[in-house]
Amino acid sequence: MGDAPDRLRLLLADEPVLVGDHPHSGGALQRLCRTVARQLPATGVAVSVLSLDGSVVATLASDPASTAIEEVQFAVGEGPGPEALAARRPVLVPDLAELGRTRWPGYGPAAREHGVRSVFAFPLQVGAARLGVMSVHRDEARALSPAALADALVFADLAVDLLLDGQQRVDSDPASPLVNDLLGAGFVLYQAQGMVMVQLGVSLGEAMARLRAHAFAENRPLGEVAADVVARRLALQADRPVAGTEGRIDPPATEGS
Amino acid sequence: MPISAERLAQVFVRVADTLVDDFDLLDFLHMVSVETSSLVDVRDAGLLLADHRGRLQLMAASDERTQMLELFQVQTVEGPCQDCFRGGRAVVNADLRAAGDRWPRFAPRAVAAGFRSVHAFPLRLRQEVIGALNLFGEDVGAMDPADMSIVQALADVATIGLLQERALRRGEVLSEQLQAALNSRVVVEQAKGALAQIHGISTDEAFIVLRDYCRRHQVRIGDIALAVVTDPTLHPKLTTPTH
Repeated sequence: MGDAPDRLRLLLADEPVLVGDHPHSGGALQRLCRTVARQLPATGVAVSVLSLDGSVVATLASDPASTAIEEVQFAVGEGPGPEALAARRPVLVPDLAELGRTRWPGYGPAAREHGVRSVFAFPLQVGAARLGVMSVHRDEARALSPAALADALVFADLAVDLLLDGQQRVDSDPASPLVNDLLGAGFVLYQAQGMVMVQLGVSLGEAMARLRAHAFAENRPLGEVAADVVARRLALQADRPVAGTEGRIDPPATEGS
Repeated sequence: MPISAERLAQVFVRVADTLVDDFDLLDFLHMVSVETSSLVDVRDAGLLLADHRGRLQLMAASDERTQMLELFQVQTVEGPCQDCFRGGRAVVNADLRAAGDRWPRFAPRAVAAGFRSVHAFPLRLRQEVIGALNLFGEDVGAMDPADMSIVQALADVATIGLLQERALRRGEVLSEQLQAALNSRVVVEQAKGALAQIHGISTDEAFIVLRDYCRRHQVRIGDIALAVVTDPTLHPKLTTPTH
């Protein structure tokens, strides 16, 4: 149980890069989608990345069909993904057909046309900071088992990790304790996040990225850095640049390069 | 002191009201914590739920000062809640000073915080233990068996509160609600930090400011905390520096 993040991170690290993958964090998210699809299992998995103003800036997926299904939601402005983001909670629909015509009149039929029979959306968030959403779908109406649901939630944590990283530490060592830092740092981390947000006048997501960047640069546990910030022993500087928490997603390399 | 039937009935009426009205999970669990600590002879009570990683997370407590938060946090790895969660049975400790071997990290910290006894009751859902109701007492001594039954009933009530939506026959809704509540807690901590920075106060003081504001304006702490960190202009009285 406690080692689920480690186990799943190792799976993620083993996922091969495919020709045509995006570089940097975009490719990492694609690999995450493929790992999730294999592991749960699911027919397809997609991640939509949000900008600060809440609009989708990129869609990464396990396969092109899943990209299309994911994009439909945001094109019509409804569906499990948008709903999970708005409600700040997962939206789990083990049988799309059960929903009837009224819940997602635009998305429902389009999804079914794409062969989607069940769909599970997980907001990628840290408290009030919304970084994206991960949508998992199946071509049969089957609920996620408790174990699969637990894994999906851990994968969502890993996706948050990737989004906070942005361009930084892209080829990070799987042995790096970063994810455990986020999980193990406790309530002081979130308090520090709020403080830095106000101190530096940045978004919550950027505040978290700066805390992590500082911890990484100083080679200190994130929890300790956060405790120092909350106790006012440490004030993060405004001028140190941090790689984009917008998670700039670069397009895939063109053929032949 | 025995709990009066009248007092107990009042608690259950409050619980029933909460279940019928506009339901907010964090507020409900906070209410159960506060009622438990005032009903039974303990100083503080807290409710923890296991997240998707199987780690116990504090959802609500009668006292949310940093010192108490730390005592709950230690119990993600060791302590009465951990034992209760794993064993599925109530854990009663009559004298924390004798518990140093059992809980080498938790016991000394609890004693340093002024407690002498601690108990944990399981939140049971069908065959599973999904969390714990944690009590801290200032006096040495085990709990009265009659009180133990009542506290277990309160723990069961907390679990019922998690199931209050009729649609919740499916496991999905419970998971969704739990994730929402876990995230909401994070937002409250983020808001504490933001308010601490805005007003130049400690995070404990910031929590009091936040709670007082919510009580005065009859609004949910989860909603206000969210506004503090996403759109502070909505609540200028709360988010404008006071000096």
